[in-house]
Amino acid sequence: MELFDILLSASFWAAAVRIASPLIFATLGELICERAGVLNLGIEGIMVIGAFAGWMAVYLGAGLWAGVFVAMLAGMAFGLLHATLTVPFGLSQHVVGLGVTLLATATAAFAYRLSLPEVTSPPRIEPFQPWPIPGLADIPLIGPALFAQTPLTYLAFALIAVVSVVLYRTPLGLALRAAGENPASVEAQGLSVTALRMGAVIVGSGLMAVGGAFLTMSAFSSFFFEMVNGRGWICIALVVFGAWRPGKAALGALLFAAFDAGQVRLQQTPIGAYVPYQVFLMVPYLLSILALELMSRRAEVPAALMVPFNKGER
Amino acid sequence: MRLEPIANPSALRRVGLPAAALALTVLAASLLALLAGADPFATLGLIVKGAVGSRFAALETLNRATPLIFTGLAVAVAFRARLWNIGAEAQLYAGAVVTVLLGTGALPLPPALLIPAIALAAMAAGALVLLGPVLLKTRLGVDEVVTTLLFNFIMLLFVSYLLEGPMKDPLGMGWPKSPALEASARLPRIVTGLRLHWGFALAILAALAVWVVQTRTTLGYEIRAVGLNAEAARFSGIPVGRVMVKTALLSGGLAALAGFSEVAGLKGSLTLDLSPGFGYAGIIVAMLALLNPLGVVLSAIFVAGVFVGADSMSRAAGVPTYIADILTATALLTMVLALRLTTMRVRWR
Repeated sequence: MELFDILLSASFWAAAVRIASPLIFATLGELICERAGVLNLGIEGIMVIGAFAGWMAVYLGAGLWAGVFVAMLAGMAFGLLHATLTVPFGLSQHVVGLGVTLLATATAAFAYRLSLPEVTSPPRIEPFQPWPIPGLADIPLIGPALFAQTPLTYLAFALIAVVSVVLYRTPLGLALRAAGENPASVEAQGLSVTALRMGAVIVGSGLMAVGGAFLTMSAFSSFFFEMVNGRGWICIALVVFGAWRPGKAALGALLFAAFDAGQVRLQQTPIGAYVPYQVFLMVPYLLSILALELMSRRAEVPAALMVPFNKGER
Repeated sequence: MRLEPIANPSALRRVGLPAAALALTVLAASLLALLAGADPFATLGLIVKGAVGSRFAALETLNRATPLIFTGLAVAVAFRARLWNIGAEAQLYAGAVVTVLLGTGALPLPPALLIPAIALAAMAAGALVLLGPVLLKTRLGVDEVVTTLLFNFIMLLFVSYLLEGPMKDPLGMGWPKSPALEASARLPRIVTGLRLHWGFALAILAALAVWVVQTRTTLGYEIRAVGLNAEAARFSGIPVGRVMVKTALLSGGLAALAGFSEVAGLKGSLTLDLSPGFGYAGIIVAMLALLNPLGVVLSAIFVAGVFVGADSMSRAAGVPTYIADILTATALLTMVLALRLTTMRVRWR
């Protein structure tokens, strides 16, 4: 019974769309990297640095959009580091990715303590407010879910279309996908695999950081050390679940967010009195593992994912 | 640019480049100190002094190195077979949970039997935690990086449930904390009065044992063969799936010993902050040691020294203690690059 009440409430769907937004940014970012042939395990740390940098910029007086831009630049900087080590130098993408995550997380923590040594409760900023779209926002159920969100959510959904079009309808997208499938063919066309892959990792990392910034600038208004809490790893699972396609991956993010919004609401029902809250909190991670299992047989992994390319080597 | 292999790297290259990586790390430390408004030389001096400046400091460093040796070995064993076990954190907590479960009166045994029994049970629990992801990998081809990472979060929530529910200390004043281990289940100190406990000796023994397995046994040979080229290993008749599972059991068991030794040797009970990321730091330890089990001991002591030294420096000089995390991550990234450049030369077109 409670389940139906939850599914019919507008706040549930609005929450699902809100929870999906940062995941969509970061999942699209990871997808771009992987489509070009680079697994970016820096995602978790890059989301942390994005969450911190965007929030800090606004805390220091910058506008909200300037904050988003700062977050993106911070993410791109760590993306550049990741790309330099993994693409031209061909170092292990596992080791470098985890190293970038550790470095970015530590940098955010260090900078936070350095700039706010004394605070005990995290300071707040004035986050993005919802922009209800006149007319559409009044539609029952769908209106509040889709048309009364913050601008960053609209941006996330617009990006799904942009990434799809660029990947499948432009020469750049074709070259990018080829870099992840058959890099030698890209090189044969006179294009640089190194440039394509580095560009993909840098842009993708920028998107991950904006996903992190969504947490501090749209979902909450403060920065906490543990706030990303594995969302980056979940996004890597979502890319696999979406079979490396932007639309499917975003759909996966929405589905996932709906479960997440559902478990929070189920905790408030009589079921929550019997089941420990930790079980509800485990649901997102368990779902991600389940999704990986379900997709394992049908996965269309980019053929050159995690295979470094060294020109002139066969 | 492209990379060309160097047939015989010179001694200068093999020593100079890793030294340059360390120099770069020290440079990063100086810059961070400057950023924090402290004197770089004084800061570095305080880190070194805090890590090895006194008997107390040195023993504290060895204490902190103990769990890092175990998680570093766990990662080294797994990475050697290209099994990407990023879940040492979860396996550590599994070992800690079993230690509390058996060490609080469930097993009526004398210490000489009780402690080994608990250690073995802890290892089994850690191995079991990694068995799931590795079976998903060998049976379904599910990438173990993500599953082991996600298991870290699941395990932490499970421990949180235990500490607030069935395993909660009734005398804990409401804190999520387990009851204390019985005296018979605690690892004694090596030197009376000082904090260093026998977990450190056990860690050294574990490193030696892993070294023997890797260099003197068929399994060690098979692990290396699978890691170098799984296809070729399969072709030559090595059961790749079974080697992966054995590697995982060994790796998970080693990581669990970190949890066992922290609870039985140092803390005496289980809390949610038992591990400040020992599982993740184990990756740095293993990579800095080039996955060599004896090297793991040295690199664990180095990484522990940076953390212990930074803690004490932070109190004196006011540079945030997170400098240690930045430095160890920097050391990892610069070191893997330096090692690549010892065997490869950069050619600009």
